[in-house]
Amino acid sequence: MALTNETIKERLIAKFGDQLSHFEEPYGLLTFEAPKELNLKVLQYLFDDEELRFQFLTDLTAVHYPDQAGRELAVVYLLHNLTDNIRLRFKVYTGSAQPDVFTATQLYSAANWMERETYDFFGINFVGHPNLKRILNVDEMDYFPLRKEYPLEDQTRIDKDDAMFGRGPLPAAANQGTIETPRHEREARVPASATPGVPEPKQDWPNS
Amino acid sequence: MSSEQHIKLPEGSIEKTTTTLNLGPTHPATHGVFQNILELDGERIVSAEQTVGYIHRAFEKLAERRPLYQITTLTDRLNYCSSPINNMGWHITCEKLLGVKTPKRVDYLRVIIMELSRISDHLICNSVVGVDSGAFTGFLYVMQYRELIYEIYEEICGSRLTTNMGRIGGFERNFTNAAWEKLEKFLAEYPPVLKEFENLFSRNRIFMERTIGAGPISAERALNYGFTGPNLRAAGVDYDVRVHTPYSSYEDFDFEIPVGSTGDCYDRFLVREGEMWQSLRIIEQAYRKIQDMTGAESEVYHADAPAYYLPAKKDVYTKMEALIWHFKIVMGETEIPPGEVYQSVEGGNGEVGYYLISDGGRTPYRLHFRRPCFIYYQAYSELTKGAMLSDAIIVMSSLNLIAGEMDA
Repeated sequence: MALTNETIKERLIAKFGDQLSHFEEPYGLLTFEAPKELNLKVLQYLFDDEELRFQFLTDLTAVHYPDQAGRELAVVYLLHNLTDNIRLRFKVYTGSAQPDVFTATQLYSAANWMERETYDFFGINFVGHPNLKRILNVDEMDYFPLRKEYPLEDQTRIDKDDAMFGRGPLPAAANQGTIETPRHEREARVPASATPGVPEPKQDWPNS
Repeated sequence: MSSEQHIKLPEGSIEKTTTTLNLGPTHPATHGVFQNILELDGERIVSAEQTVGYIHRAFEKLAERRPLYQITTLTDRLNYCSSPINNMGWHITCEKLLGVKTPKRVDYLRVIIMELSRISDHLICNSVVGVDSGAFTGFLYVMQYRELIYEIYEEICGSRLTTNMGRIGGFERNFTNAAWEKLEKFLAEYPPVLKEFENLFSRNRIFMERTIGAGPISAERALNYGFTGPNLRAAGVDYDVRVHTPYSSYEDFDFEIPVGSTGDCYDRFLVREGEMWQSLRIIEQAYRKIQDMTGAESEVYHADAPAYYLPAKKDVYTKMEALIWHFKIVMGETEIPPGEVYQSVEGGNGEVGYYLISDGGRTPYRLHFRRPCFIYYQAYSELTKGAMLSDAIIVMSSLNLIAGEMDA
C-alpha cells in the first residue's frame, strides 16, 4: 500500500508522541515541527523505519524570523521517499543567540555542503559537522547575510518606501500634508550611522 | 651569501612527497570558475578539495527584494545552458502559489521549450566530454545544431542564452509561424546529426577507454550524496521528476527513462544520449498534440489570470485599466497569498527545486533554490580519489558542473 500523509503522521506520533507539533499539509506536502534536540532522532527514524524509508535528502535550508523571540531560526529539511514517491518537510527552530543544531552529515553525505551553505548564510552551528566553514562567501566575512537584519538596500533611502504603495504607516511628512520634503531635511531625519541593522563599515576588510 | 632564505615556502613543503596542484579557478579544463586543489602523487590523485563560490551573486538575498517577475531573470543565470527550464520552473512555482491553472496548450508549449533546452544542455555536456578526451570535432559540429535551438528561443522570446522566457500563466506571445518552421527544421535535421555524433563516440575505442571506469559511483552512494538527474540515472536509479511528480502535463507523454549501471563517465554519456532521443520523442508528441487542437483552444498561449499575466501592450498604450494593471503587476502590487511552496522541475542536471515562502508581501519572504550541481559536486573528491589527473578533468566535465548553478 502506498504511503500517505496520514500513515506517516500516525507512525511519527506513535513513535514521538506529542513532541512533534504543527502538522500541516500546505499544497499537499506534509510539514511538521520537531524540537531541535530531536532532529537527528527524527531523521534517523524516518531513514530506518521499514515503512517510512525517507532516505533521500532533497534539500536543507534555513529561514530567519526575527520577530519570534527564542526561536528566530528555522532549519528546514526536505526529505523524499523514492520507493513510495512521497515527500515530507520538517523544521526545527532554534534561537539566534545559540543556534546549535545537530548535523545530519552522518546520515547523508549530501548534508555536508548544504549545512555549510546554511551556516554561511544564517550562522546555524551544526554540532558535529566535520568541516563547518563558509562555502559561498569569503572566509573573512563576519556576519550572516541572509538574516533579516541585513537589508539588501541602503536603508537611508526613503524614495522606495512601502508607504508610497499603500502599505505600512505613512511617513510623518505625508500626514502633515507636505509631500516634498527638502533633501537635507530628509537626510537629517535619518542619519546613516544610526540606522539599526546596517553593519558599520569594516576597517580591516582585506584589500581596502 | 647570507644564510637567510629569500623565498618563503610553506612549512613542510620541501619534505612532503606529494604535489599540490590548483586546478582552477581559471583553468581551461574547468569550464567555469571553480577550484579543485588536488594533492598528487605522481599523476595519481591522493585527495581533492573543491572550492566554490567564485561567482556567487546572492540570488536568494536579491530575491527578497524583487517582485515575482523580476526573479525570472535570476533563474536564467543558474544553469545558463538550459535557462528556459529554470524560467518555466519558476513560473510553475508562482502559479502553484497563486493558484493559476494553465491550459493544456500552454503546458505543451512549455514542454517543447523545456525539452529543447534539455537537448541543448546535454549536447554541450556530451560534446565537452569529447573535447576533454581529445575529440574536438564533435563539439564544433553539434554547436551548429545548438544554434538551431537558440534560434527557436530567439523567435519566441527575443533572446538566446539568458532567455527570461514566458510569464506567470504562459508565454508573452503565441509561437509565430517562423518559430514553428524553425522547430520543424530542427526536428528534421537534428536526429541524423545526433546519430552521427553517437557513431563518433559511443563505440570509439579511445573514448571508451578514457571514460569506462572513470569516476564511477554506486547507486547507494549517489543517493546518499543527493545526486539527481542524468548523473543519478547513470548509477542505475530511475528517478526523474518528470515522472515522479509530473508538472506541466508531462503525464500526457510517452517516454522512457534511460538508466546506466556503473555511474561512470561512459554511462553518464550514454544516459544523456538516451535522454536526447527521448526529448525528441516528447517534442514530436507535443507538437502533434498542439496541431491536433482545434477552435479557440488552438490559439491559447496563456492562462486567464489577469491579475498576474501582463495585459497586451496594445491595451497598455491605449486603455487606462490595462495601464494600471500593467503597473500593478510589474510593481508586485497584486494579491499574493501567504504560503509555503516547494516545486521542482527536472533540469538539465537534475531536480531544480524552488522553495518559496510568501508572507503576502510583494516580494518573497524567503526563496531557496535547490541547485543539483551544488549538491552533487561535493562527491567529486570521492569520485576522483586514486584516479589519474586526466580522469579528474573528464569526471568534471561529465558531471556537467555549471558554475552559475553551483554558486547561485
